[in-house]
Amino acid sequence: MDKQTPAVIELSGICCVFGGRKVLWNVNLGIRRGETVAIVGESGCGKSVTMKVMMQLLQPTSGTLKWFGTNVRDMTADQQLQQRLRLGYLFQGAALFDSLTVFENVAFGLRQTGERNEDRIADTVRERLQEVGLSTDIIGHRPSEISGGMQKRVGLARALALSPDVMFYDEPTTGLDPVNSRRIDELIQSVSESRGVTGVIVTHDLRTVQRVADRIIMLYPRHKLSDDQNQVIFDGSLTQLTASREDRILEYVGDEFGGQLSGVSETTDQSELRKTA
Amino acid sequence: MLCPMTTTTLQNPISTLGRLTQQFFCGFGNLTVFALKVVSRLHAGLPKRHVVVPILYEIGVRSVPVILVTGTFIGMVLAVQTHQQFKMMHMESRLGAIITMTLVSELGPVLAATMLAGRVGSSMAAELGTMRVTEQIHAISALGADPIRYLVVPRFLACVALIPLLTAIADGIGILAGWMFSCKVLGVNSHHYWMYAEQFVTGWDVMAGLIKSIFFGCSIAIIACRQGFHCGSGAEGVGRAATQSFVMSFIAILGMDFLLTVVLNTTYYMIWPQAVSLAVGGLW
Repeated sequence: MDKQTPAVIELSGICCVFGGRKVLWNVNLGIRRGETVAIVGESGCGKSVTMKVMMQLLQPTSGTLKWFGTNVRDMTADQQLQQRLRLGYLFQGAALFDSLTVFENVAFGLRQTGERNEDRIADTVRERLQEVGLSTDIIGHRPSEISGGMQKRVGLARALALSPDVMFYDEPTTGLDPVNSRRIDELIQSVSESRGVTGVIVTHDLRTVQRVADRIIMLYPRHKLSDDQNQVIFDGSLTQLTASREDRILEYVGDEFGGQLSGVSETTDQSELRKTA
Repeated sequence: MLCPMTTTTLQNPISTLGRLTQQFFCGFGNLTVFALKVVSRLHAGLPKRHVVVPILYEIGVRSVPVILVTGTFIGMVLAVQTHQQFKMMHMESRLGAIITMTLVSELGPVLAATMLAGRVGSSMAAELGTMRVTEQIHAISALGADPIRYLVVPRFLACVALIPLLTAIADGIGILAGWMFSCKVLGVNSHHYWMYAEQFVTGWDVMAGLIKSIFFGCSIAIIACRQGFHCGSGAEGVGRAATQSFVMSFIAILGMDFLLTVVLNTTYYMIWPQAVSLAVGGLW
């Protein structure tokens, strides 16, 4: 991805302090249009917080957030709402509304945006469910009546129903079996390729990173750093990550990914060659 | 040997008092801010029917059985207790006045509000707390909706609209049960029972009870929703939110009952200075 490509999401000097505990401190990073970025790091380093700040689900203690080049603080409430609808979010546990059916869950965002034509809503819901590989037979089911993998896909369909420009995926494959994990990865890939959607993924799963990410950002727990040290300890490709000899990266790669790393460089190189071709 | 916490508490009672005072005012301030946020969303129009009807059913219809049962027993207990006292003074015939007055002005509203806080308030806090823990509240924001408008406003309006009805039901069933027990079991004359009830209980007393209930309904909805919205993580956080919601609501009900009684009585005697009081001008 060309570094001159404009950033669709930009964090500058973001600090998040919860109950006196610094979770993020002076974090600067940008997500460029069309790329898929994986945010990795050990548990508690602030990956999910970073993503929630990007989506403005959490208010940072200080710092600037820009959506599509505009400071969010400079936007009116209506402008914020309009811009927010260009961002989709797949929650770790899918976060489907328990009291609503699958249909109503996927239709929720459409209805909130003022869509009144029920036929059009029904068509969109069916299209999105089919897009994520789900049968429309489940539209009358409650979230508790479908499997975890299906819930994730319904969550993805719900986010895609509003045709977002940027999709955030919070640990999309956590708690899923390998088959469902691969399905979700393929969906993320297909969303980014067919719709040109920019993606941000928080994950611990190297296979997901390997399959879908163009760029990797690694965060380090704030409490292990001094105030002047940067919390973003790596920003580059998977090949660069695996080639890195830095202790903190090796420590994480060893602890979190274990044996998954073998053959990564080769696979990634092959993938890059394939992309180039 | 004292634990560190106890030692600290004993050694620094002033700082402990200061900390508790600070926590109280912070909590009160947060509650006020939350209430203002809810009120600021009211002008944006009424909630949609498919959102509000299930809440009305849950708060209103499903609370009726418990209100009927508790109202009945409270009415009968009042009859038993007051009959013993009034009989010693040969004033059993005036039982209707004291039972009806107690129910419409105090016990009916407080009882209905307590039932609402226990049955509905805790349930709302737990429901919203679970939604917070499972990120459903964040999901509402992510889909372009306002969680306070979507989740809190319908519950607030339902509580405020239904609590006067529930109070009226509690008043009615309590009065009926008190009359049944007094006249059919304790042998009080039915004509005298209703005559004194009508003589001493005015429309203002009934209105005062219903006005109180509206304030109780507001505070229950705000406290329960606020506790749910800001609950801690996990099952423990949800459980604590539900418990705190009931305890805080109950304290608020009793505190507001006292304040509103003073305010409403003062207002009454300002408007009608010559009015006959049950305690001063009537019975005694």
